[in-house]
Amino acid sequence: MDKVTLYINGTAVQAQKGATVLEAALSAGIDIPRLCFHSALPPQSSCRLCVVEVKGARGLIASCSLPAAQDMAVTTNSEKLFKYRKYILELILSNHPMDCMTCEKSGECELQEYAYKFGIKQTPIRGEVTNYPIEATDPLMMIEHSKCILCGRCVSVCRDLWATEAIDFSKRGFSSKISFPFDKPRLESDCVFCGNCITFCPTGAITERSALGKGRSWEVKKIPSVCPFCGCGCNIEINTKAGKIVKITSNENTPVNKGLLCVKGKFGYDFVHHPDRIGKPSACSTDPSADSASFVQQPCGENGHPCYPSTSLHENLIKSSERLSRPMVKKGGKFHEVSWDEAMNVVSGRLLEMKQKYGAEALGVLCSAKCTNEENDLMQKLARTLLGTNNVDHCARLCHSSTVAGMVQSFGGAAMTNSIEEIEKASCLFVIGSNPTENHPIIGAIIARTAMKGAKLIVADPRAIHLTKFASAWLRHKCGTDVALINGLLNVIVKEGLQNNEFINARTENYEDFRNSIEKYTPEYVSGITGVPKEEIIKAARIYASSKNAMIFFAMGITQHTTGTDNVLSVCNLALLTGNVGKEAAGVCPLRGQNNVQGACDVGALPDFYPGYQKVNDPNARGKFGKAWGIPLDNKIGYTLTEMVNFAAQDKIKALYIMGENPMMSDPDLLHADEAFKKLEFMVVQDIFMTETAQLADVVLPATTFAEKEGTVTNTERRVQLMRRAIQPWGDSKPDWQIICMLGKKLSSVLRRNEPAFGNVYFDYDSPAEIMDEIASLSPVYGGISYDRLGKIGLQWPCPDKNHPGTKFLHKDRFSRGQGRFNVVEFRPPAESADNEYPFTLTTGRVLYHLHGGSMTRRSTGLDFILHEGYVEVNPEDAERLGFQHGQHVNVTSRRGTIKIKANVTDKVPPGTVFIPFHFAECAANILTNNALDPVSKIPEYKVCAVRIEV
Amino acid sequence: MPKTFNAKTMEKFQALSQRYPTKDALLLPVLRLAEEEFNGIDDDAMELVAGLVGVPPAKVMSVFTFYTHYRRAGSGKYLLQVCSTLPCALRGSQEIFEHLKKKLGIDSEETTKDGKFTLKKVECLGSCGTSPVVQINEDYYENLTTEKLDEILNKLQ
Ligand code: SF4
Ligand code: SF4
Ligand code: SF4
Ligand code: FES
Ligand code: FES
Repeated sequence: MDKVTLYINGTAVQAQKGATVLEAALSAGIDIPRLCFHSALPPQSSCRLCVVEVKGARGLIASCSLPAAQDMAVTTNSEKLFKYRKYILELILSNHPMDCMTCEKSGECELQEYAYKFGIKQTPIRGEVTNYPIEATDPLMMIEHSKCILCGRCVSVCRDLWATEAIDFSKRGFSSKISFPFDKPRLESDCVFCGNCITFCPTGAITERSALGKGRSWEVKKIPSVCPFCGCGCNIEINTKAGKIVKITSNENTPVNKGLLCVKGKFGYDFVHHPDRIGKPSACSTDPSADSASFVQQPCGENGHPCYPSTSLHENLIKSSERLSRPMVKKGGKFHEVSWDEAMNVVSGRLLEMKQKYGAEALGVLCSAKCTNEENDLMQKLARTLLGTNNVDHCARLCHSSTVAGMVQSFGGAAMTNSIEEIEKASCLFVIGSNPTENHPIIGAIIARTAMKGAKLIVADPRAIHLTKFASAWLRHKCGTDVALINGLLNVIVKEGLQNNEFINARTENYEDFRNSIEKYTPEYVSGITGVPKEEIIKAARIYASSKNAMIFFAMGITQHTTGTDNVLSVCNLALLTGNVGKEAAGVCPLRGQNNVQGACDVGALPDFYPGYQKVNDPNARGKFGKAWGIPLDNKIGYTLTEMVNFAAQDKIKALYIMGENPMMSDPDLLHADEAFKKLEFMVVQDIFMTETAQLADVVLPATTFAEKEGTVTNTERRVQLMRRAIQPWGDSKPDWQIICMLGKKLSSVLRRNEPAFGNVYFDYDSPAEIMDEIASLSPVYGGISYDRLGKIGLQWPCPDKNHPGTKFLHKDRFSRGQGRFNVVEFRPPAESADNEYPFTLTTGRVLYHLHGGSMTRRSTGLDFILHEGYVEVNPEDAERLGFQHGQHVNVTSRRGTIKIKANVTDKVPPGTVFIPFHFAECAANILTNNALDPVSKIPEYKVCAVRIEV
Repeated sequence: MPKTFNAKTMEKFQALSQRYPTKDALLLPVLRLAEEEFNGIDDDAMELVAGLVGVPPAKVMSVFTFYTHYRRAGSGKYLLQVCSTLPCALRGSQEIFEHLKKKLGIDSEETTKDGKFTLKKVECLGSCGTSPVVQINEDYYENLTTEKLDEILNKLQ
């Protein structure tokens, strides 16, 4: 029996076995006062407010930790309980400042709420009060210990949900307080500034310092939207007051993140506001020339009230690179502001001139993984219809094009096979070439906590990452040896007979060839290539193959290689061999980097696909889209992003239209890219900031941020979600979709003069919803998606029709391509290996606090405060040999260029390997990286190149 | 400066880590090892223990500051632990504490300038029947009055 019946206040209530009395009561709609309980956390049982009377039991019992039992008779409401609870509240309030008038939490504070409900104006109890100073050591968060009721929720969320364990209680009894280790500032602790402790704190003890004085609960509007940063696609609420963003919150009912956020989502929003619009007079103003160090100060306001963080830092930061507010055209090497009308005339005139002079294939369009589905759809439609070229691509080329190539070959579809919520149901998690804690923080946290709860975790990574701490096996292979490593695992599984024969027979093809091909990859042989001890290979293979449900996660560490497609094929082989795909909580999960990189691919921002992965060289598809869009289409597959850059250098591409991308930061071998862009005859950049790329453009068009427009984005688990407009567009900027519509109408009005058919191409959309309807009508996977259905939780594609509920996991019963295909994959070394001249292997990646080229994150006060400067991670052995110290600046040189960068001496990297995050323009990792391409997908090899280090 | 255990302590650590089923359980005796080797525990010692046991520093600090019977590095020659829990409180421990505070010129968790005494308010020492109690280094002094305490302190050199 999995249900019990108990009696609460005389009424029979059914409860799940194992549920607590409090949970049973709440699910029956019976409210019990409580402070330390939170439905997402294990019971804290520290406040005693939730006490109830249980028939036959002595004393009062805390219901939040009392398991419901058959026939238990519980009273939740009585004179006695009321008195007891009131007394507890009075006790708590005896050591609490009655500060509601100025408290940030007022209106949302649970303690205030109960004081009100119990009618406590003043506590009658007089006693000692704790007197710890306010901790405000960074511009983002602060702790007011006097308001802390020691409920333990913050400690629990940090440990049990976020798997970070940065804070804990210190001391005991009356002197207890929550502390970072050794009472050092937050920045020196393990804290990752996620702010989830703020979300879970019932009182005003932990709050956003960044929102101090900017508006309280009843003054702000909360507009539900989607985080603009990574592919997790967390649901956020944009809190606004008087047209400005006050802060970002989330709530526990959200499907993706259940109220949790990472530091970018929580604190990274302030790039949206121009400095003049942000701010609050500073109670302890800092010198305007001061650097971020000025935030590290003790509260200095009157009566211990914390000072407001100064806004001057922010102004300094943005000075050189304000939000774009007006279209600009370059004349004589300088930008001049023009009207939208004029800008459109210049852009359409020049584009058509180029088209006439050099042919449509000399034009290229870059869409954006940061723009909405609707915007990407319009952009590729504009390119394919009015410009007449399939030269459409976006930065997915640089991150997951090999995933698409590989997974389509193996399974027939390239998206994450499972959903984020399935992770906690898996019994084995295999993370290879991915550091989700930093790059997909919500997924990273879920993986870590699932491992904490007992699931087996295998990590394959040359670097020590947060997850390696939780791993049952850590395979520290050499950069670029993934195929060998996985073949080794496959070899062990087959040799030990751990493969899933039933699945192989029923659902796959090409098994024999594949099996023969892995015979030579014995653990001994593989150990020689990868440097991983053979025992570890055997152990990991056994763990993976003997688990009931195994999920594989990978990201750029797999894809960004000249063997990217091969790597992906190997990963798929592993899932096929063990039957770990096509069911719940088992599959292959490529983690998508940008918030809408999945969607941009889905809606055809690719040179070879129309929306919905329909091939441009398939006559049926071409006929269908040509008919729907009103003009015959070109059948030639377009150039990829990497090819467009190379062809620009060779004068084959003459004009580029770039929407919301910054290739001058994100392309490999930047010096080469710079040359290429400078050779273009015409270049348009549509963006929110004057980025490194925009500076090279002839026309710059100001777009709006996520907060100023509406549209859908598709996260890594294929969930199409609605971003809603929270504030008015800044200055004269416009949402990208409106800009494209303007340009589309302009172009077609000119083109139709010679060729009336161009008049049929429709760009008169009056809302993103209308654009989505067109996408749905043309791409079957989005068939059932429309704005009225997206509601609060969105829809996961495939969603073929209006009644379809969306799809949680893919390839059930049948692969998209029919049978799953085993592929023969042989190991090939990376394009460039360390040698005498360049003795180190460089690998690149992201860090938690920044995203991509940093256009947004480096303009956020808080994120910049936490991490201001780039660095190169070097093993202590190597640093000692070369004679430099932690913190010293060194020169790193590859065959393509040199950068000067701060050394971070750490054993996170093994000897001989160095790591550089690529967000920092002044020490751009991509000056060093190699633009050698994967032959199939044309993805560059960002993850391995050879460098030398000089002091 | 990051600390390390010497070879002998390391050996003891290895033996202990075989014996304890969970990291949390192992933490307590390893803190004791650190206390012995470094003659008291400081932040660096806690970092070391965190690394060895495999628990976050926040946890080590939490445990270290919760229990009163670990010695902080830099404690005086004599560590005076004054029980302040209810039975002792009812029998005058507050008075004893205040007396010591005045006499030595230091508050709880502080050390006299000459490095002789460290004062510490602690929870129940498990000797409530003979309250009020003060523990001085390893010895218990029971049924105390301020006069008795003065005598005892005078004898400590
Ligand atoms: S901000 Fe996040 S990591 Fe830091 S203490 Fe709070 S919950 Fe833990
Ligand atoms: S800071 Fe907030 S969540 Fe943490 S213990 Fe105090 S009241 Fe509870
Ligand atoms: S995990 Fe990704 S989507 Fe979620 S808040 Fe962080 S950056 Fe945004
Ligand atoms: S809610 Fe049960 S003890 Fe706090
Ligand atoms: S109360 Fe002091 S020894 Fe128990």
